Amino acid sequence: MGSQLLTPAERRHQWRRRLTPYMFLLPALLIFGIFMLYPIIASLQLSFESQLNPDSGFSIDNYRRLFGDTVFRKALINTVFLLVFQVPLQLGLAMVLAVLLNSAVLKFRTAFRLIYFLPAITALFAVALIFRLLLNDEKGLINYVLNGLGIQSIPWLTNAWPAKFSLVMAITWRWTGYNMVIYLASLQSIPTELYEAAELDGAGAWAKFWAITVPMMRPTILLTTVLSTIGTLQIFDEPYLLTRSGPSNETLSMATLLYRTAFQNAEFNYASAIAYAMVLIIAVFSLLQFRIAQRGED
Amino acid sequence: MAKTKLSDELGPKPFVSRFQRGAIYLLLVVGAFLSLFPFYYMFVQASQPSSEVLRFPPHLWFGSAAWSNIQGLFDNGFGRSLFNSAFIAVVYASLSVFIASLAGYAFAKFRFRGRSILFGMFLLVLMIPYHVTAVPLFQLMAKITLFGDPTWISSYQAVILPALANPFGIFLMRQSMQSLPDDLLDAARIDGASEWRVFTSVALPTMRPTLAALAIYSFMFQWNSFFWPLIIMRDKAMETLPVRINALVGLSIIDYGQLMMGTALTTLPIMMIFIAFQRQFISGALAGAVKG
Repeated sequence: MGSQLLTPAERRHQWRRRLTPYMFLLPALLIFGIFMLYPIIASLQLSFESQLNPDSGFSIDNYRRLFGDTVFRKALINTVFLLVFQVPLQLGLAMVLAVLLNSAVLKFRTAFRLIYFLPAITALFAVALIFRLLLNDEKGLINYVLNGLGIQSIPWLTNAWPAKFSLVMAITWRWTGYNMVIYLASLQSIPTELYEAAELDGAGAWAKFWAITVPMMRPTILLTTVLSTIGTLQIFDEPYLLTRSGPSNETLSMATLLYRTAFQNAEFNYASAIAYAMVLIIAVFSLLQFRIAQRGED
Repeated sequence: MAKTKLSDELGPKPFVSRFQRGAIYLLLVVGAFLSLFPFYYMFVQASQPSSEVLRFPPHLWFGSAAWSNIQGLFDNGFGRSLFNSAFIAVVYASLSVFIASLAGYAFAKFRFRGRSILFGMFLLVLMIPYHVTAVPLFQLMAKITLFGDPTWISSYQAVILPALANPFGIFLMRQSMQSLPDDLLDAARIDGASEWRVFTSVALPTMRPTLAALAIYSFMFQWNSFFWPLIIMRDKAMETLPVRINALVGLSIIDYGQLMMGTALTTLPIMMIFIAFQRQFISGALAGAVKG
């Protein structure tokens, strides 16, 4: 555009202006390219190379093996089980706490908010170790309390169902407050007039919650659902440390299987196939949730 | 910037009976107890001699072995892993905030070819589980021999570098830089400031609250991180705190007193930072939930 009219100095200046944004992006792009984009692509490539004959070129052996692998199937089922029980529980609790804390008549709201948020800053590995002690089969505090109530000790960490439930407890403890804070912020952005109008129409607290709060918070609810789903499908620290994936792989997660396959059995190609199966599963679940949320809007 | 503050302004003001209010308080107090108790229990057990941790009935009050547990930990190389964790987290936090603010500034304040594609690429990666990169990254670290190291396995840079271009941070910085008035930047340019000057003396200083929130989040992310350091830090001297503590779990006879003390000492710094910077923590959590 009329660049012929510019002097060389002006042209140089224009060049530099055009280059500026790329200079600012350079460090991020470099690191991103080398340490994220490259491994993501390399992983896909690895997953299509046979572990046994690396020179055979393109091969779908790993994926074929994945389909028949009962251990992977178990890990998948365990992880989806966690998802189905844990996400609604954690988000439901977070919503209840947020609604309770949002009522204006309460005192100490800031203190409650901070206390509930505290687990969210705690390392997952620490959560797992603390719960390992609380849930110890013979000498844990929780069984001690149960005994006091006349209930027999529950083998929390060494029996399939209790172990799955233990994981649910540890994750719920860690994440409920985090989601509560997000819901609280979303609740505060709902215009008060809506509630006032509903009250004039004689709506009770329950009716107001379903007719105003839930629809107004739909985007936030969707977002927390997707984030929690992605998080749960990637879970590693808790099953690795709390239950050691046991008993007999009953709490094995996809990510712990990936770790075991790659870094204990040195099956890098097969591990890459597991990784890409995870990508696919996470994508499907996220998409599904967006679809369901969209349908709800019609 | 999107709403990232929780106001104490009054929300809907329904009529609440005294009974209802009592019930709400009861629920909230029970919730608060459940939230806090595991921390209390961690500190109680961290102060017990190992033989007393798994006593039945369990101890509910502090024991006398806190100091000997700390000493035991430090005899086990805890000091070095404390340094490793702190060093990695501080370097990572400073560098990642710097890189994210550079990129966020470019995305928010310049129109250039490829902008939406590049930004979309960063966002897309947020959806991909980071485990996917583990195997190729490990192989890459085994191959690189820069800076005179034999390889990058068990090196600080192996932990710091991969997550440095943090898409979440770039997204957060872009969101917040968008609220920066263009006139302010142009005024500085007219005064003859270079683009770099405009960025460092005009843009960055106004971003201080966001920078602080991101720095704290980056520090916490790296301090708490377990999966990647577990894979890459194979040399005992290079282990971070979580990896070192995991080694304690792996022993045939677990010293539970030391284990809990190690966990407590790892948790404590973050708790102290949290008490000092609650606002940044909360706004960081909310920024993570801002729609794209």
